[in-house]
Amino acid sequence: MMADTMKKKDAPVLEICNMTQKFGGLTALSDFNITLGSKTMAGLIGPNGAGKTTVFNLVSGFYQPTQGQIRIGGCPTAGLKPHKVTALGVARTFQNIRLWNQMSVLDNIRVAQHGKLGYSFFQAILRTDHYCEREEQIKKEAYELLSVFDLEKYANEFPTNLPYGLQRKLEIVRALSEKPKLLLLDEPAAGLNSVDVQELIRLVRWIFETFDVTIWMIEHHMDVMMELCDEIKVIDFGQTIAEGSAEYVRNHPAVITAYLGDDNL
Amino acid sequence: MRKTPVKSILQRYSVHFILVVLGAGITYLAYQEAIGLYVLSVLMFMGVNIILSTSLNLVNGNMGEFSCGHAGFMCVGAYVASILGVLLFAKDKIFGVPLLSPDLAVYCFPFIIIAGGIAAAFAGLLVALPSYKTRGDYLAIITIAANYIIISLIENLGAIGGSRGFMGMKKVVNAMNDVVDLPWMVIWVFIFTVFTVWILRRYNSSTFGKGVSAICQDEVAAEIMSVDTNKVKTITFMLSSGLAGIAGGLFAYIIGYVNPGSFNILKSTEVMVMVYLGGMASLSGAVMSAIFFTILLELLRPLQIIKWVIIPLVLIIVMQFRPEGIMGNRELSDIFPKLKRFYRFK
Repeated sequence: MMADTMKKKDAPVLEICNMTQKFGGLTALSDFNITLGSKTMAGLIGPNGAGKTTVFNLVSGFYQPTQGQIRIGGCPTAGLKPHKVTALGVARTFQNIRLWNQMSVLDNIRVAQHGKLGYSFFQAILRTDHYCEREEQIKKEAYELLSVFDLEKYANEFPTNLPYGLQRKLEIVRALSEKPKLLLLDEPAAGLNSVDVQELIRLVRWIFETFDVTIWMIEHHMDVMMELCDEIKVIDFGQTIAEGSAEYVRNHPAVITAYLGDDNL
Repeated sequence: MRKTPVKSILQRYSVHFILVVLGAGITYLAYQEAIGLYVLSVLMFMGVNIILSTSLNLVNGNMGEFSCGHAGFMCVGAYVASILGVLLFAKDKIFGVPLLSPDLAVYCFPFIIIAGGIAAAFAGLLVALPSYKTRGDYLAIITIAANYIIISLIENLGAIGGSRGFMGMKKVVNAMNDVVDLPWMVIWVFIFTVFTVWILRRYNSSTFGKGVSAICQDEVAAEIMSVDTNKVKTITFMLSSGLAGIAGGLFAYIIGYVNPGSFNILKSTEVMVMVYLGGMASLSGAVMSAIFFTILLELLRPLQIIKWVIIPLVLIIVMQFRPEGIMGNRELSDIFPKLKRFYRFK
């Protein structure tokens, strides 16, 4: 038992072994491997349709891999539903923002605490002391988190009324409110202008330095990747074609071919 | 400084106070026979309709599913409560002598109604379990199927009257009146109506209940953001159908007679009309439209069958000019924020 907990403690935050995903006859991802230790910031890039979001969908439990294994903090996630995977310490954002638009910003954060409510339906109906305590605590923590990110003035707004950049930020904050060990950011800079991108880079770096979290992100903006990621993995048509530092990846011939095509056409 | 506690007490208990006065007032008037039996029955149907529309609003409004089988669960509640009541407290040609003394009926009545509600909640699993994998139009079809399953099952159960229906509930009500002479049905309809709105209000304002709206707005995001969607769906469907079962039980005891035909798809549609008229996901809208709809039905009664031309026409007009319903998805307190100063109904 002791050895087991020790093993889990030392286990990498994320470990993916030989993961393959097939949709019917299409192999979206083949033989994908990665190990992310704690407090790392990694990137995943590739041309459109390379299978990047598929990787994130697999890690967050939205799909079950056809082959291979995913372990989060040492726990295999095979057969777990997404909310159970989230409970293991994974949180993510989406390529196209998926906030709950008819719910206030505060409620968006509150609902994200659903996994650790700690009260039952009947306690909610009867308003037991325990329930009231938990609700107060959830609200307080949500406000605190919002104020850390300077969003508390929007607490009662609907997310649709926020500017696009703030919606992106709110989605990241919502993911962080899960207190994840692994934060997956799926194209956080998509649709942002250059000023907002700089803002985002600062935000992600600040999150990385402040919270005890491993960040893995998909991004098309190379400047974001260069600034932030220690290690980048490049995939194309589901195959890993290169991995290494940003500088190495940028000059890798296979990557240039994948993005720009062969020069002897 | 001295004013504050009085004000906060006033704020905290204003709704309770109004409800007690209202309930006691109606009961007193009914006891004195100051209001006629007809008006009284309209008031009681109003209560039943409020329970039905608010509980359906939980599924159709808050969760964004399209349930068209609400009357089916009402039917389960009506039959279970009726059979239990007659079996225990009334002499009947099917069940013979009552198992318990009819004098006890007055104490056990709420439990009988709640038993009907619990049975209906379990019948709700008929929809809740398929909802894990299905949603939208396909789930709507399943709810219609569930309604038909329940109706045909009861139609074919000869032991409880089949399609001829089941009666004897009046004897139970009379047994209650023999012990304490009060308008018991009025009292219980009132209490259960308040109980329903109160439960739903608490459910909707809890973080747990907000998960229901999260599923409505983006189920994928809800599942990823740690909402156990299957659990939330099960509880929501069971709560909704359980409350419909309570409405059914009360309905059966008000009329004194149930038959499967009165819980068909038309009844479900009627409840749906109330929800859409009031506004999706608005609890106060559902209450108001249930009251409005009951009165409208009674006012149009002289038109007889033409009534069912007028009412759908009203729906068409509302959908044309105010597709979000009377209240939209807002509550009364969102429209009149000052009301929040006066009441806290939690």
